[in-house]
Amino acid sequence: MSQFAINLLFVGASFALYIGIAIWARAGSTSEFYAAGRGVHPVTNGMATAADWMSAASFISMAGLIAFTGYDNSSFLMGWTGGYVLLALLLAPYLRKFGKFTVSEFIGDRFYSPTARIVAVVCLIVASTTYVIGQMTGVGVAFGRFLEVSNTAGLLIGACVVFAYAVFGGMKGVTYTQVAQYCVLITAYTIPAVFISLQLTGTPIPALGLFGDHVASGEPLLAKLDAVVTDLGFKEYTAHHADTLNMVLFTLSLMIGTAGLPHVIMRFFTVPKVSDARWSAGWTLVFIALLYLTAPAVGAMARLNISELMWPNGGISGEAVTTEQIANDPEYDWMATWQKTGLLDWEDKNGDGKIQFYNDKNEDLQAMAAEKGWEGNELTKFNRDILVLANPEIANLPSWVIGLVAAGGLAAALSTAAGLLLAISSAVSHDLIKGAINPNISEKGELLSARIAMAVAIAVATWLGLNPPGFAAQTVALAFGLAAASIFPALMMGIFSTKINNTGAVAGMLAGLTVTLIYIFLHKGWLFIPGTNSFTDADPLLGTIKSTSFGAIGAAVNFAVAYIVAGMTKETPADIKALVESVRVPRGAGAAQDH
Amino acid sequence: MSENSSNDAYWKANVRIILISLVIWALVSFGFGILLRPMLAGISVGGSDLGFWFAQQGSILVFLALIFNYAWQMNKLDIAHGVDEE
Repeated sequence: MSQFAINLLFVGASFALYIGIAIWARAGSTSEFYAAGRGVHPVTNGMATAADWMSAASFISMAGLIAFTGYDNSSFLMGWTGGYVLLALLLAPYLRKFGKFTVSEFIGDRFYSPTARIVAVVCLIVASTTYVIGQMTGVGVAFGRFLEVSNTAGLLIGACVVFAYAVFGGMKGVTYTQVAQYCVLITAYTIPAVFISLQLTGTPIPALGLFGDHVASGEPLLAKLDAVVTDLGFKEYTAHHADTLNMVLFTLSLMIGTAGLPHVIMRFFTVPKVSDARWSAGWTLVFIALLYLTAPAVGAMARLNISELMWPNGGISGEAVTTEQIANDPEYDWMATWQKTGLLDWEDKNGDGKIQFYNDKNEDLQAMAAEKGWEGNELTKFNRDILVLANPEIANLPSWVIGLVAAGGLAAALSTAAGLLLAISSAVSHDLIKGAINPNISEKGELLSARIAMAVAIAVATWLGLNPPGFAAQTVALAFGLAAASIFPALMMGIFSTKINNTGAVAGMLAGLTVTLIYIFLHKGWLFIPGTNSFTDADPLLGTIKSTSFGAIGAAVNFAVAYIVAGMTKETPADIKALVESVRVPRGAGAAQDH
Repeated sequence: MSENSSNDAYWKANVRIILISLVIWALVSFGFGILLRPMLAGISVGGSDLGFWFAQQGSILVFLALIFNYAWQMNKLDIAHGVDEE
């Protein structure tokens, strides 16, 4: 059976499973549509949240970013897991006690102001939509590669599938579908990593293999990797090269952003009890950690494999791989496959029949190149996002593993897209239409408007995904910064301070959102239109702070403005203070109230 | 009145657990993983140093321990202050 047929089989079978579950668990009532009747066990909920949370960025992109940068990109690992500590300690149990359906409902009630609720809805829609655009871009690339169709066709097929189960399933369908997706994606991520860890270190657990010994050389794997990459003129893998301030702020932005993303927070409304909300955050992180502890091993091992494939005759002092080898040796088949996508390319610049891969910006290597007659790095293009998907092929794993990884990558992208669409649809139908425009809307009308909102959101995301504002990872980083600067501070102050009043919260959210948006637009272009930016992330406006790290500063602005404005305006009324007191204790958390 | 003073004590105890947890949270990630890494450079872990391990794996394991410890401690505290869910 050809690799194409195997990919199709794995992707097709996994999709049939998801859609089957979505149809089986079809939502009937409004409360089922949003929160699955609050009957979801913490472990099940944790698994679904993990699938919801781990998107194309975690599955497809992250290990590649770590592989090519090393230690400096540890921010992703710490940032995207550390946010769960904030979520579990500062938000989840109290929001569950509050007992409403959506994040903006809490903000509206706590700050006794329809304006606050609408501002929260706007923040939520802006953050979620940017995030879903990034996911749709990822969906398009993955579908295009594995179905061997164009990026556009891949995106349209993906959009139809997401639409089918998100629109017809609602949260309950999505919850159980996402449990299945978690199982598919974690298997797909782990199996190739285990194979590769066994090949390189003899250890079946990749996380231990990363700190183990390299079988072929007997040296520790990381020491071997450091030696190999520095020989090629690249920076030492395990050393700290990045700007420390920016690294701290970037990590912090990812953490706060995680705890401020509405589609993740919403998940904690679906557990039966307050104590379950606490456990559920822990279980979510358990399931996320299974992938996140493996990811740095995947990155390091892939980097070593690629370096050795390019220099198969004893490193850079031996001969480089020949173009003939790349064309004929089955070990190099993956290069031709990925060259077709345009994401990998090489060129024999000096015409010696070999492909020299090295850092041609390094002075020592330039001297060596002059001596040996090399005319620059000949592995001209290696897109970081292909690393995880190409990894099983690079390591020569069986074709069923490659098919499995295809299914896993799509599961990651689709599950997150579906979760985000659900958050957007409930924000529009429940918060905007029922909460502000037409409070007397029937349950049927609300459900219908939720589904229309979902369809519109996916159409917009697909359209923007066809002409994306930037790389998927940049779009995702923007979403995190926006959530960190707007939603998280409002929620936290709402629970931990009775002093913050309606005006303070609204001013804080608007200030946080605005400064972050402006800072990002200044660096990435206004509304992402290329060429309209005044600064670049290589030379940012404020010192070394890149636009992706600005969310943490936006959050600080939000807190500061809220406190100052609240101090100058009318005190929080007594009944709201009582509400805050009641949210703080678990007793009396009943079923959800649908007002 | 007595219920309110009990709720206050409960909330203070909760905030205390949160603060201790967040200090550890920041110490392992921003501390050991980034800012204090040079100080830990002498302690080698499988081909690199302790700071590298904390940045890539250790902090995640500590985060897990923090969340489960919080859930466990709070469930005990809920019962001790009589505010648990029946």
